[in-house]
Amino acid sequence: MSSHLYQKVRANPRFAELAGKRSRFALLLSAIVLMSYYAMMMLVAFAPEALRTPIAEGATLTIGVPIGAAIIIGSWLLTGWFVSRANGEFDQINAELIREASK
Amino acid sequence: VIKSKHLLAAAGLVLSSGLVLAADALGAAQKQPLNMTAIAMFFVFVASTLGITYWAASRTKSTADFYTAGGGITGFQNGLAIAGDYMSAATLLGLSAMTFAKGLDGFIYAISFFVGWPVILFLMAERLRNLGKFTFADIASYRLDQSQIRTFAAIGSLTVVCFYLIVQMVGAGQLIKLLFGLDYPVAVGVVGVLMVVYVTFGGMIATTWVQIIKAVLMLFGGTALLFLALGQFGFSLETMASKAVAVHKDGLKIMGPGSLMADPITAVSLSMGLVFGTAGLPHIMMRFFTVPNAKEARKSVFVASGCIGYFFMVVCVLGLAAITIVGTNPEFFEGGNTAGKLLGGGNMPVMHLAKALGGNLFLGFMSAVAFATILAVVSGLALAGASAIAHDLYARVIRKGTATEAEEMRVSRLATLALGVVAVVLGIMFEKQNVAFLVGLTFGIAASANFPVLILSMYWKGLTTRGALLGGLAGLVSAVTFVILSKAVWVVVLGNEAPIFPYEQPALFSMPLAFFFTWLFSVTDKSARAGREIAAYDDQYVRSQTGIGAAAASAH
Repeated sequence: MSSHLYQKVRANPRFAELAGKRSRFALLLSAIVLMSYYAMMMLVAFAPEALRTPIAEGATLTIGVPIGAAIIIGSWLLTGWFVSRANGEFDQINAELIREASK
Repeated sequence: VIKSKHLLAAAGLVLSSGLVLAADALGAAQKQPLNMTAIAMFFVFVASTLGITYWAASRTKSTADFYTAGGGITGFQNGLAIAGDYMSAATLLGLSAMTFAKGLDGFIYAISFFVGWPVILFLMAERLRNLGKFTFADIASYRLDQSQIRTFAAIGSLTVVCFYLIVQMVGAGQLIKLLFGLDYPVAVGVVGVLMVVYVTFGGMIATTWVQIIKAVLMLFGGTALLFLALGQFGFSLETMASKAVAVHKDGLKIMGPGSLMADPITAVSLSMGLVFGTAGLPHIMMRFFTVPNAKEARKSVFVASGCIGYFFMVVCVLGLAAITIVGTNPEFFEGGNTAGKLLGGGNMPVMHLAKALGGNLFLGFMSAVAFATILAVVSGLALAGASAIAHDLYARVIRKGTATEAEEMRVSRLATLALGVVAVVLGIMFEKQNVAFLVGLTFGIAASANFPVLILSMYWKGLTTRGALLGGLAGLVSAVTFVILSKAVWVVVLGNEAPIFPYEQPALFSMPLAFFFTWLFSVTDKSARAGREIAAYDDQYVRSQTGIGAAAASAH
């Protein structure tokens, strides 16, 4: 693939827009996933009692169970959000970029 | 000390199929009577996968077909195959056994094994697909020195593949001896032969379908067992939990975090090794080259992480159910003593649960699934190893791109055969060895040598060949050194009194070393070559973002 084509794409302001938008979105979602996971791990290490709170009066299940499930399900839903945006909105900009560059 | 022993055993058992059997129950894995139902079901699986291999062989004509199924796998199929690659027999056995023994700690572990996947999607999937063709060395050497970086990346891949294969083989031998009643060398030999047959004849197409079938069987088996188990408790998780608490020796404690995670440094180092090690495993990265474009690569992680997350949660519920159903049934304990040892060792709760709820037929089915799982994982490893030898070392480094397709194919098949022989021989040699340290080593090297070079080559313009080589080497050497000085090798293997390095997983320490030295030797590299490499980043960046010039799917 010619360097010329890459230069043309790079010169297009929409390329910076695409790369910036997608990278920011990816970093934001990674931060949410990793921060919620490491927040839970910090509770485990330093305040395990907090996770032993029952989910309701007299219940055996503790809030550790729904919190853990929420991390798995929540971060999976975030992957869904990322895929729908990246495969829709972002890929559309991408397709336009390629079309304009190969003119 | 007890704590770290548990952690090690836990990490081991979850990371590698049946590793625990090697780690915690060497010798305890006695041979069981021949299980005919399990063997019959296994034969059905083998016959159908060999049928698929025959079909795949007719479609495996080029190196692209062999390494990446010609890029013709859909996102959904690839998602199932990734899940099949990642949900090892050990997640089924190990995570459920941990929940059975430790309660919520098992669930926390499961989450630690899961969270790497969303991050791989957000930060890596698209760039991996857009820059790579057959191996992760394609990406690392994209703008760096082909010979040097490819050689380093191929050695990193092969080290990880060989260690992981040994772990799988030893685990497989112990597990099969236990579940099927076959002799250890026979079991290892069967796994080795089937692996070589799938890969040499069917390449990535056959490997992918073995992984897909296995993932579906595992999800189906786990879900069926989940419903049977929930049915015993009126479909109430609360009832299941309260009954478990009533009979478990630790009582209410099992519903909170226990001793396993009490040391934050151990926990963080382990979780870093898992998250970033997963992203540095060559057989996992290779799966991203089997789809036609970045769009499908993203979809495949969505599907894979859905399956993996679901399955991990199911497995933890099964472990909880087993506390009541298996833990109070003398039939499943040595000598009928429910305070004593489980029949077949500590990893068997979910197998006993299958027998208790679904009889011998269901036990046979789950055993066959466990065996199929090992086959799927070792096939992926063999293919990754063969591609490092044939594509990186032979075609690119030794022949400098002058090898014909036919020559490269022949070398890749010979490489698979050689890997099969090595795996069987080492698997038999290591039968009586404690291989737990190999898990720490595998993930440590993947996270500290492969991952930093890969991620920096995609994200950091300033990376040079010198920085990547020396930094990668720093990660490799420090990971190996820390593991040797840790308890698993220094005390258990070498027989010293106390470990010099107090943690099992080196990633928290060796990863920063790798990144630091990569940075240091890159920014101080003022050579003309370094200048060219840095200048080449701009074009690479456009390709990684847009996919322009990326390897396309071959027409079928």
